[in-house]
Amino acid sequence: MSEPVFQVGQRVRIDDRTPPVHHRVPAYAKGKIGIVERVCGLHGEPEKFIRGDGKPPQRIYRVLIQQDKLWESYEGTQGDKLEIEIFEHWLESVE
Amino acid sequence: MSEPWGPHDLGGQEGGPIDLAEHDTAYWEWQIDAMVRLSLKKGLISDFAELRDGIEQLTPDDYGSCTYYERWAKSLAYTLVSRGVISEEQLSEKIAAVKARQEAEGVA
Repeated sequence: MSEPVFQVGQRVRIDDRTPPVHHRVPAYAKGKIGIVERVCGLHGEPEKFIRGDGKPPQRIYRVLIQQDKLWESYEGTQGDKLEIEIFEHWLESVE
Repeated sequence: MSEPWGPHDLGGQEGGPIDLAEHDTAYWEWQIDAMVRLSLKKGLISDFAELRDGIEQLTPDDYGSCTYYERWAKSLAYTLVSRGVISEEQLSEKIAAVKARQEAEGVA
């Protein structure tokens, strides 16, 4: 089983792309930068389940994104974050 | 913000009020639930991702007018036909047979 590519605390960007099949990244989170909060388990790749078997499985990461980076003129409490689980093949490292 | 993928991808858009009323689950809805879970267990469909894909391929009009389990039913039919588990003809014949039976029983 492969080792995680990303580590807790690492800055990552979620890809901004739209494959024409089910994928588990909402439009509002595409292209956003967050911090890896934890490394989760493995699951079949959603896009590869469509008339396929999802293999090979992909690692999932819990990513924290500041709410004021998601929404223009965010009016909630400062420091509010979104926690969202994103598959490894949707993430890239950001310095 | 990126363009939404399909009518389900609503996060961040203005929405109307949410209907919080409780409602019962109809018997046919349990049946659809059971068919989906059996199809998964038997490997006829691969994962809930595949069911989701069928739901997300609905037109915005269909997506908007269908209830939760109606979307499941449409997606399951689409997926099983796409995978060649059943044919469109078999599905149409079965729908016609069930309709005829219901009309004969006076429940249609």
